[in-house]
Amino acid sequence: MSEQHQQHEQEHHIVSPFTYVIILLALLTGTALTVLASYFDLGEWHIAHGVTIFWNPVAALAIASTKMILVVLFFMHVKYSRRLTKLTVASGFFMFLVLISMTLTDYMSRAWGRW
Amino acid sequence: MSDSTTVANNALAEEHHEHPSYQRHHFETVDQQFDATNFAMWLFLLTEIMFFGGLFVAYMIMRNWYYPAFVEGSHQLSIFWGTANTAVLIISSFTMAMSVWSAEVRRKGLLLLFLCLTFLFGLVFLGIKGIEWHEKWEKFHVPGLRYSEQAFLNPASDPEVYKEYHDQPLSPDMAQKTQEYFFLYFAMTGMHALHMLIGVSILVFMIIRAKHGAYTSGHVTFVENFGLYWHFVDIIWIYLFALLYLISRH
Repeated sequence: MSEQHQQHEQEHHIVSPFTYVIILLALLTGTALTVLASYFDLGEWHIAHGVTIFWNPVAALAIASTKMILVVLFFMHVKYSRRLTKLTVASGFFMFLVLISMTLTDYMSRAWGRW
Repeated sequence: MSDSTTVANNALAEEHHEHPSYQRHHFETVDQQFDATNFAMWLFLLTEIMFFGGLFVAYMIMRNWYYPAFVEGSHQLSIFWGTANTAVLIISSFTMAMSVWSAEVRRKGLLLLFLCLTFLFGLVFLGIKGIEWHEKWEKFHVPGLRYSEQAFLNPASDPEVYKEYHDQPLSPDMAQKTQEYFFLYFAMTGMHALHMLIGVSILVFMIIRAKHGAYTSGHVTFVENFGLYWHFVDIIWIYLFALLYLISRH
C-alpha cells in the first residue's frame, strides 16, 4: 500500500481554475465580512479580574486566519503536496507560535503580582 | 585541456540524452528536481515568517503597552483604501494561481495574460499604498521626519477623523507614543511594499521569459515557486490589514 501511496503522492497535481475561482470568492467574502464586523462593537467577555477578551480583534484575526489557511491550502497547493511539505509548513507556523507565546509569557510575568 | 572538456561534455550529454533539457544532472528525475526546489522555497518562506513574525510580536507588545495611542493612531488610516488594497492583492493572488495553471497546461497566451494582470494588480497595490503614505506625510504623521501630535492632543482639530470616532484627547506623553504606532505602521507596510516591489520586478523578468516560451514546455518550477512567494506576501497583507486597520475601531 505504502509503495503505491508514495508513487501517487509524487505526481504533480494540477489544481483546476474552478477551485481557484471558488477560493477567490471565499477570500473576497471574508474581506467583506471582516470589514463589516469592524463597524460593530462585538462586546467583551470578563473571564476574571483583569482578564478580558474583546471580541472585535478575535473576530478580525479569526477571519484573517481562515483566509490564510485557504490561501495556503489551495493557492499554495499544500493540500495536494507531499507530507514533507505539509510538515515543513506546519513547523513554520509552530515556530511562529513559540515566538509569540514565549515572548508574551515573559512580558506578562515580569510584573507578576505587582499590579 | 579544451579537448578533454569537450570529451567530458559529450560523455555527459550522451549519458543523459533521454532527459528533458531543463533537468539538472544531479537530479534523478524531473519530479525529484521539482520537489527539491519546492522544498527549498518553503524553507525560505519559513525564514520570512520569522522575519515578519518579529515585527508582528513587536506590534502586539507595543499595542498592549500604549493601547490608547495605538487606537487613535489606527483611526488615522483609511478603511476605504485598506479594503481596496486587500481586494486588489487577493485578486492578484488569484491571477498568479491562474498563471501557474496556464504554465501547467502549457497555454502560453493565457500565461502571458495572467502574468501581466498579476503585474498590473501589483502596481495598483503599490500605487494605493503610495496615496496612503502621501496622506501621512501631508498630515505630519511620519515619525522622525515630519511629525506632529496635534491630532491626538486635540482630536477635534482633525474634523474628518473626529466626526467618525469622537476620540478623547490623549495626555502629552501618551500622544507622543502615537509615534510608536506610526513607526511600526511604516516598518511593516514598508517591508511588505519592498517585498511587493521585488515581486513585480521578478514578474517583469518572468513575462519576458514566458514570451520566449520558457515556462510552457513542461518546466513550471519557477512559476510555481514565484507563486508561493506572491501568495506569502498576500498572507502578510491579510494580517497587516486586520491588525493595523481593523482591530482598533471599537
